[in-house]
Amino acid sequence: MRKMKNMNKTTKENLITYGMVIVAYLMVEILLKAGMISSLLQGLLVPLCVYVVLAVSLNLVVGISGELSLGHAGFMCVGAFAGAFFSNCVKDLITVGSVRILLALLVGAVAAAVFGLLIGIPVLRLRGDYLAIVTLAFGEIIKNVMNVFFIGIDGSGIHISMKDKMSLGMAADGKVIINGPQGITGTPKDSSFTIGVLLILVTLFIVLNLIHSRDGRAIRAIRDNRIAAESVGINITKYKLMAFSVSASLAGAAGVLYSHNLASLQASKFGFNTSILVLVFVVLGGIGNIRGSIIAAVVLTLLPELLRALNDYRMLIYAIVLIAMMLFTSSPAGKAFRERFSLKRLLGRTKEGKEEQ
Amino acid sequence: MALLEVKNLGISFGGLRAVDDFNLKIEQGQLYGLIGPNGAGKTTVFNLLTGVYKPTDGKIYLDGEDITGKSNIEINKSGIARTFQNIRLFSGLTVLDNVKVGLHNQKEYTYSAFTGILRLPAYRRAEREMDERALEILKVFELEKEAEHMASNLPYGKQRKLEIARALATNPKLLLLDEPAAGMNPNETQELMDTISFVRDEFHMTILLIEHDMKLVAGICERLTVLNFGQVLANGDTSEVLKNPEVITAYLGE
Repeated sequence: MRKMKNMNKTTKENLITYGMVIVAYLMVEILLKAGMISSLLQGLLVPLCVYVVLAVSLNLVVGISGELSLGHAGFMCVGAFAGAFFSNCVKDLITVGSVRILLALLVGAVAAAVFGLLIGIPVLRLRGDYLAIVTLAFGEIIKNVMNVFFIGIDGSGIHISMKDKMSLGMAADGKVIINGPQGITGTPKDSSFTIGVLLILVTLFIVLNLIHSRDGRAIRAIRDNRIAAESVGINITKYKLMAFSVSASLAGAAGVLYSHNLASLQASKFGFNTSILVLVFVVLGGIGNIRGSIIAAVVLTLLPELLRALNDYRMLIYAIVLIAMMLFTSSPAGKAFRERFSLKRLLGRTKEGKEEQ
Repeated sequence: MALLEVKNLGISFGGLRAVDDFNLKIEQGQLYGLIGPNGAGKTTVFNLLTGVYKPTDGKIYLDGEDITGKSNIEINKSGIARTFQNIRLFSGLTVLDNVKVGLHNQKEYTYSAFTGILRLPAYRRAEREMDERALEILKVFELEKEAEHMASNLPYGKQRKLEIARALATNPKLLLLDEPAAGMNPNETQELMDTISFVRDEFHMTILLIEHDMKLVAGICERLTVLNFGQVLANGDTSEVLKNPEVITAYLGE
């Protein structure tokens, strides 16, 4: 008890977040064992993890560093292709799925981080709406470049072309791995719910610890007041790039998870809509609120599927939920309501009644 | 040797000569005032000294080192810290974190992002020492009770103090205060005057301040420079300058 009191408030908050994920995982596992989850929902478990990781990582840019980025799906695309390419290459060398995907996750994360850095250097000179527009454009560029890539492997090495399959000029034993608009097929299905949850925990660990470290403080300081941050000697470019590339690399890891869950992967899946979808999770979960991002991603991914029975009314209800969530998190009445009925306060009444007065 | 020496500093914005032939010499430990009517170029001088603007001509020496034309980040590392006329706090951070951001570049508290993410022992040690140091500074400004509050929730007077605390945390040689008493009532101003003198004595700090509150200026500044239309109108000991007829006509009023 004494220890709990001494513990930092943020540490406590972070532990709650981790705990929430672990409890949810255990519940789902139990339900799976009991056979109480439909196959439709089972198919959603990995995408759910993908979206949670995406939302948390985007929140690092949008909420913590305060810059609007609309190209998150682009980094996911880089990670997905890099990871899937890697797994296809080593499919026969490494036969243990979990080892293979761990390596693929690393490859994807590094590739996306490199892209994040390369794109971040020119792009982060801009702010606000301009940054949003440019990141949007880069997201689309990545997608479209991936769409025309042909990469194959044969005895003599790797062949790359941006024209068509024939121009790869491979030997007879060669195999095409990335096949332009048709993307990558035959990626081993190494993703699983457990790996997804592990990735969520690692993402949370990185993001939460970064936020509450010296560098995270600098990132938040820049968000709050750029001029003041410069006046105390904070290197703006460095910290913006840090937030941007860490976020990109985590999105890349999410992409790897995503690509190892699908039989075939096309670049067209990583369009503007995906970026916006993730942004919706972040905004509705509360900008800068990591736990909110997780909840919003889960609820808004599950909702359309759960409402499938309602057919035509599905999207109508989805829209209403979006509006209700916005009111709940941002309107004055919603804030007052949350304050009155917040868990902390209800618990606090009994424990720390004195402090309330 | 003077701690800060400014020689023939000038800047033009297009055809406008905002500051012209500005000279200033501040000795170690001095409390120096920069006064003048609105639009005289006082804040522009601050922006030149801190590297927000690059001077068109002239030289700035801090402790013998030429800092002319350096970026504001480098100048802060060389040893000039400032506060702003309109308060610029990190409003989404706690009071303690505001000061800790000020400690960011101090060698003994530095650790890599990697250490921070993995929470290595170096992280815990540095953070603990940072907390202690930050609290020490906050204590000077009687803000230690509010350490965990959000900076934006502080009352106005305390926000001003927090800004000074944050600037001090960067361990400067020279502290620039841009209208520290703006918007304060007489009691708060009196308290601020005590704090500024205390900071000077406690930290052996050299302070240059812009202020319109003549009670504060006459009360604590040892020397003054008066600026008018971008040019130095007078400088010297406070009492003499305040008696200078030119200064009275241009700024103080009969």
